Amino acid sequence: MKEKDTFILGGKEFHSRFILGSGKYSMELIKAAVENAGAEIITLAVRRTNTKQSENILDYIPEHVTLLPNTSGARTAEEAVRIARMARELGCGDFVKVEIMKDSKYLLPDNAETVRATELLVKEGFVVLPYMYPDLYTARDLVNAGAAAVMPLASPIGSNKGLATKEFIQIIMDEIDLPVIVDAGIGRPSQACEAMEMGAAAIMANTAIATAGDIPAMAGAFRSAIEAGRAAYLSGLGRVLERGASASDPLTGFLRD
Amino acid sequence: MLMINGEPIEAAGTEGMTLAAYLDKNEYNIHRIAVEHNDRIIPKAEYDEVVLKDGDVIEIVQFMGGGA
Repeated sequence: MKEKDTFILGGKEFHSRFILGSGKYSMELIKAAVENAGAEIITLAVRRTNTKQSENILDYIPEHVTLLPNTSGARTAEEAVRIARMARELGCGDFVKVEIMKDSKYLLPDNAETVRATELLVKEGFVVLPYMYPDLYTARDLVNAGAAAVMPLASPIGSNKGLATKEFIQIIMDEIDLPVIVDAGIGRPSQACEAMEMGAAAIMANTAIATAGDIPAMAGAFRSAIEAGRAAYLSGLGRVLERGASASDPLTGFLRD
Repeated sequence: MLMINGEPIEAAGTEGMTLAAYLDKNEYNIHRIAVEHNDRIIPKAEYDEVVLKDGDVIEIVQFMGGGA
């Protein structure tokens, strides 16, 4: 196993492989969730401001955490670019998670528009992390477009259903050289661990934490699972027998004869 | 009429103000917002150079909690 296992994204070095979402729970819990998660990247959305709003989510996010604004609400590449530019003006740096959805029932990403938005945003100097439906050809297009990583969905956003697309995510991990960040639908620590064992570079989760009974404690449970899965991946998983059994005890020196 | 965050605002009383004055009057925290004026993002340093006029479309945004 390597001495130091760091995760490089957009030229920045991260030690945590847990990207935490900040939606659907109170701002007061964000700091505790970030701390327990050990998260160094947190996602945010860009929305219209209500006047006289005294509280701002940025006041609750620890300084060292990298902000990853998403383009949620965008239905086309152009809308995603517009939101990304606004996010950059908000002073978060150059990271952006491209999310382009045309339907609010299943919230599935539009892969073609996502590739187009990635091309446009990379040209403007953004570090682009596209949320995608796990399709190998799209992943290759995103590599060519200059994405910093790809973020295939495990199952529908917010469903907590786990690795429904496991086979297809594995194909992407095997065939492309970019970090693969498994995003959306990861509902429990065991699923995050499994994705890491497969070779995911990182896990992004929000709803699994936000809908848990104890939010900061669940953030900690995910951290442990992600670290365990990463260590397992780096160790090389033991083989699986096609059939039969294989004793782990010595086959000599039995107490008989 | 101006459109500010999708809401129609009477031009009377708003027209002729600078963007900086409008934001100040309405108690926006300018350190936490980004402003788009007629499809152009306005750098903070230019807030006092933009003068509001009838027909302007303005979007004022901030970060909120979000995952996907």
